[in-house]
Amino acid sequence: MSYGLEEVSVRLGRRTALEGVSLPVDRGHVSVVVGGDGAGKSTSLAALVGLVVPVSGVVRRPRKDEIGYVPATAGLYGDLTVEENLDFIAQVFGMAPAERDARMRELLEQTSLSDARRRLGSALSGGMQRKLAVAMALLHGPKLLALDEPTTGVDPVSRVDLWRLVSRAAASGVAVAVSTTYVNEAARGSSVVLLSSGRCLASGSPEVILRSIPGALGTMEASSPPTDRSWRRGASWRVWAPDGVLPEGAEATSADFEDAVVVAEVAAGGAST
Amino acid sequence: MWAMVAKEFRQLRRDRRTLTMMIVLPVLLLVVFGYAANFDVHDIPTVVVGPNARTVASNLGAPFQVVEIDPAGGEATARSHLRDGSAVVGVVTAPGGALVLMDGTQLFSVQTAEAAFAKLAPSGRVGGHAARLQILYNPELKTSWVMVPGLAGLILVFVGTLITSLGVVRERQSGTLEQLAVMPFRAFQVIGGKIAPYLLVAAFDLALVVTAGMVLFHVPFVGNVGSFLLGAGLFLLVTLGMGILVSTLSQNQGQAIQLAFFLILPQVLLSGLIFPVSSMAAGVRWISYVLPLTYFIEISRGVMLKAAPVGALLEPIGLLALLAVAVLGLAVARFRRDLAPSVPKTRVGRSGDETVAT
Repeated sequence: MSYGLEEVSVRLGRRTALEGVSLPVDRGHVSVVVGGDGAGKSTSLAALVGLVVPVSGVVRRPRKDEIGYVPATAGLYGDLTVEENLDFIAQVFGMAPAERDARMRELLEQTSLSDARRRLGSALSGGMQRKLAVAMALLHGPKLLALDEPTTGVDPVSRVDLWRLVSRAAASGVAVAVSTTYVNEAARGSSVVLLSSGRCLASGSPEVILRSIPGALGTMEASSPPTDRSWRRGASWRVWAPDGVLPEGAEATSADFEDAVVVAEVAAGGAST
Repeated sequence: MWAMVAKEFRQLRRDRRTLTMMIVLPVLLLVVFGYAANFDVHDIPTVVVGPNARTVASNLGAPFQVVEIDPAGGEATARSHLRDGSAVVGVVTAPGGALVLMDGTQLFSVQTAEAAFAKLAPSGRVGGHAARLQILYNPELKTSWVMVPGLAGLILVFVGTLITSLGVVRERQSGTLEQLAVMPFRAFQVIGGKIAPYLLVAAFDLALVVTAGMVLFHVPFVGNVGSFLLGAGLFLLVTLGMGILVSTLSQNQGQAIQLAFFLILPQVLLSGLIFPVSSMAAGVRWISYVLPLTYFIEISRGVMLKAAPVGALLEPIGLLALLAVAVLGLAVARFRRDLAPSVPKTRVGRSGDETVAT
């Protein structure tokens, strides 16, 4: 692999935040880290970019000046304008004026922020702020881009814009690592690592994870959870039978990626939902 | 309403810092005002020089604390002691009479000394000799002349400690400090870049306050500007270090303000800005000796009012330099630890890529 984590464990104080997690981040590909709150997504990216030191394992990453990183918080200066935020990054990385101008123009167009370039960061909507933060991380042309929950709390249109930015970056050869709580977004990655309580529950391409569901999956109507391995999907219940024998009344159905993620969580001991 | 009261108590119990401040602050204020807020001067360091020095010194009782008797010395010796701060009163004896010199920058000591001399020698004679009293550096004992050099320091404390810590904590709260940690910066570059604007604003503030003091209150500036700038520069480094230190101990701006307040309040009360250090109880006085403002006030009053040369200010300058190294060193070490954790076993490949194995 180009970059990434190999069997990395991280301790934060007395708590084990990651235990033996591997996260391959290849150039030209998007790796997605998915999981709920406290799963270890941010810690994985922090270990990848060097913000935390693992107690064991191997981390591969490019030089500091070849990394672009957006934390889960705003990741921009609210009291600087869009242009000033980008200009700060350009100066930090010593970009030549012509290169800076061209790159800024390109990214402002891609993020639809051209008309807002003189607005203060704090005056932008949540989605615009996240797009600006990603543009700042991309400005200097990094080899590795690490984005911590860039789409959390962002409206659907801005989410589409953000994923377009991510895909473009990967297409240009950047190794991209994105964390998200949204299971449907995870399927956009070329590889996915599903985390829960700092441990890896499943990893591989979305197709591999989908194919790895053991047993049978069904759907059924009920007023309450029909089994302890069932969860709500729309108006009905999904039922997972690891032994392949569905309960009476359940109709066999084909799993999608969201089902695969929930099955992995339930198999690991997660409660029914 | 009970629900609100219970909720507030729960929150307060978990906000240890506010709770500590609520309990410690009244005790701190009680101790400070009880033991330090004292304008009464009991000991006045005094030098007695000239041929009758021993006789005159033996006649001087409290509050004069004779620190040196020099029969061979003259007026220049006494002035030298007053200028470098080793004495507040200098008695110059001569066959025909005595000249009593007093350091006008020590308002309360001089007022006490004047009263004591009036009692000791109502006839205007000291040790049987006619005595002439002369107040140096601040002949009219103007409060503004003494306060302005101190206030200049107080402003630097506010800018250096409070404003700097808020600036750094704001960066931490917005998450941009994490981004800076991933950028090709060294810790000293981030700190330097963060504090440089505050340093300039503080320098401007300092010039403004000193100039305004000179114009509005006719405070003299008789000493060397270079000596003043040296002291101010060292003092500013200490206060900026304190600001960074506060920022490394605070997660948000509220915590930074609380901590900065704890560092600023003792400097206002115990540095000699308002109450004379010599009047403080011994148990509290030691605190003033670890406060940077104490030494800056000594330097600024010494340079502005007494034209004290660098040689006479070596002690406060040296102690400020020591504080600057200690505080700034600790602050940078803590900041560096926050910004860039030390990474073991890093192997750098031909392409520059890093492999970190733990």
